[in-house]
Amino acid sequence: MIAGRADRLRLVLAHAALIAFIALVTIPLFMVVSISFRQGNFAVGGILPTAETFSLEHWRMVLGLPVPQADGTWVAPSVSVLRWFWNSVKVSATSAFLILALSSTCAYAFARMRFRGRERILGGLLILQMFPMVLALIAIYSILEALGRWVPALGLDTHPGLILAYLGGIATHVWMIKGYFDSLPVSLEESAMIDGATPWQTFRLIMLPTSLPIFAIVFILAFIGLVGEYPLASVVLQRTDQWTLAVGANSFLYEQNYLWGDFAATAVLSGVPITLLFLACQKLLVTGLTSGGVKE
Amino acid sequence: MVARTFSRILWALLVAGAALLAARMAWAGAPLLGAALFAAAAFAAWVYTTARAHAPRYLLPGLAAFAVFVLMPLLYTVYIAFTNFSGEHLLSQDRVRAWFAQDLYAPRDDRFSFRLHPAAAPGQYQVVVPMGNGDLGNNLLISRPFTPAEAAAGQPVVLALNVAAPTAKPLPLRDVVAARPWLNSARFSFPGSPVPLRLVGLRALGFRLPLWSEDDEKLVHAVTGQVLVPDPKRGNYVDEQTGAPVGPGWRVWVGTENFRLIFRDPAIRAPFLKIFGWNVAFAFLSVATTFAIGVALACLLQWKALRGRAIYRTLLILPYAIPAFIPILVFKGLFNEGFGEINQILTALFGIAPKWFTDPGLARAMILIVNAWLGYPYMMIIASGMLQAVPDELYEATAIDGAGPWTNFWKVTLPQIFPPLFPLLIASFAFNFNNFSLIYLLTGGKPDIIGSATVAGTTDLLVSYVFRMAFKDSSARFGFASAVATLLFFVVALLAWQQLRFSRPAPAAKGGRP
Repeated sequence: MIAGRADRLRLVLAHAALIAFIALVTIPLFMVVSISFRQGNFAVGGILPTAETFSLEHWRMVLGLPVPQADGTWVAPSVSVLRWFWNSVKVSATSAFLILALSSTCAYAFARMRFRGRERILGGLLILQMFPMVLALIAIYSILEALGRWVPALGLDTHPGLILAYLGGIATHVWMIKGYFDSLPVSLEESAMIDGATPWQTFRLIMLPTSLPIFAIVFILAFIGLVGEYPLASVVLQRTDQWTLAVGANSFLYEQNYLWGDFAATAVLSGVPITLLFLACQKLLVTGLTSGGVKE
Repeated sequence: MVARTFSRILWALLVAGAALLAARMAWAGAPLLGAALFAAAAFAAWVYTTARAHAPRYLLPGLAAFAVFVLMPLLYTVYIAFTNFSGEHLLSQDRVRAWFAQDLYAPRDDRFSFRLHPAAAPGQYQVVVPMGNGDLGNNLLISRPFTPAEAAAGQPVVLALNVAAPTAKPLPLRDVVAARPWLNSARFSFPGSPVPLRLVGLRALGFRLPLWSEDDEKLVHAVTGQVLVPDPKRGNYVDEQTGAPVGPGWRVWVGTENFRLIFRDPAIRAPFLKIFGWNVAFAFLSVATTFAIGVALACLLQWKALRGRAIYRTLLILPYAIPAFIPILVFKGLFNEGFGEINQILTALFGIAPKWFTDPGLARAMILIVNAWLGYPYMMIIASGMLQAVPDELYEATAIDGAGPWTNFWKVTLPQIFPPLFPLLIASFAFNFNNFSLIYLLTGGKPDIIGSATVAGTTDLLVSYVFRMAFKDSSARFGFASAVATLLFFVVALLAWQQLRFSRPAPAAKGGRP
């Protein structure tokens, strides 16, 4: 191709447009980082902290270290943000793993077995899953309350209870894994079956090892989705030391108790690891997101 | 076959455990729940031990979780939509009757201070009432030792003059406070009085009778003679003469009343339609803006002559990589009217400070801006995937006709990528139609609509409207909220069904944030 003057001009314009757009998009992120190092919870002075307003108080707060008070004393925060972070990781990782286990076995049956009502169940799963969880909160609340009466470890205000409630969200994952299974050749399984392998053995020894990429995608997507889940966690978890990050972070921005600086440090602390995780798996995830459309 | 025997034993133990728990449930007054549990355990054991039923083995765990936490809540919500369940109709009819039974009145005004002593036997108590004056003079009325259970049920504990006084010292006030739960239901008989004594303060007993006496189905007021009759249609006790409801109500089936309310009551219909209109506009505009930005960026990044595309791409994906609640709350702070950084900049540059949270139009604009920020990377990612599938020959063909990039985009690129993207756009529309977190965390639905009968905000989506009505409003109108939720579900289910028809499904519509 000939790179004419018009093309060169267009290239410069494209770079300029992209850089301007990226600057616009990332400015809020830089602002939050700078706010987390700025003294106090209100905007005083500029957006960037100066030598006078630079302070580590918010970072000390979120890490659970004692923070200087107005009267000169040092007080340790009652709940550390690290605790919420750990709660989020624990709940989301466990749920994502169990969701993966439940949806991969279901997907196997849908992809490889013939039984009555297969298509209907598959379509029904997807449509019923569209019912927003927010609206079913009253019912989920009552179910967990009833469950807690008999098995206290699974009741309200417990992490296992919340994890259990998350396990219903399998439909999209079942579809995704089934799509992947469909694209695998059946010949390998058939020869294993001829050699006398049971369905469970073919699933465990052939399907699982060949499907690791899709499992990784489903796990990470489920994990990231659950870390950001707010409504159910906010209704189920009541004690502050049980909260997840999403619930805890919101509590910094109540109108009566507006802790902008503390929130900024929390946001940076919790956002960075998950963002890095996503970017590290970016290629994998992008393939996962687009595979539904490119195929065929 | 050792493995099979082992698995059978394991399942037998599991079913036995379930049977034990089921028996306990039945014993505690929940036989249906116990039966359901036992049936479920037995079914699971059958599925995993019989040689047939291969498919159910793989389906059972997932479908069971789905049934309990998606299907059951859904059906329950639809059921509630046909009841009057709300903050005012929270209890069962038995509990309402118990509530009326707790209402007491004082036929005589005398009060007696009392002392609570521990009796000689552990777990037993004695009550001592010193009589200051009157017929009984300076004497002590003393009860025989009794247990808390005896005091609450059956005949009142007899107080008499000639009972041996307790040897132990009276309990301090702290212990009396601790004993309050059972003291509240304890009754003591006073010599010569048919009316029993009850606790009327922490240190005193007084004559108390139930205010409402039950007469068949009716409740009769002991003083005024007012008669209340249960109204099974409204789930309330109502005054026999005026028909006005009295006291708390109970849950009853009200048919389509809640649905009719949505369309008939003007104080509900007007805000409902307003919210519905904004909801559709919001979902459509969100898809349109994110699609436009995403496709534009994807096309730019597709350009092979452009250097540093990998870096650009990573930076552009950034908003998608951060869990949504963080940027939503960050924007809530940045847009803050009083001390938000965005208004600081706008004031410094142009001398303006828009009221992002109090002006409905600006609040909506802010929501769309934030959602565009959150959503464009997803569109960019999927559009990039589609662009790779567009054959290069098509561009070569138009290049011969001398077409520029602009014509190329409208004549080749868009027609090529739009049809396969369409189902994903429907999914994105459905997702945004119910984008609860964005609205709830950013504006909370505010500013409120003036003159609405329920909580309703100008930026509320139906889903946050329902949530606030059920959980954040003092009247807690669960029934009505569920009716709106049911309607909403039909809208979304219709969209999902269309999406299924147009394509094999587009996954990742839920885990991520399209």
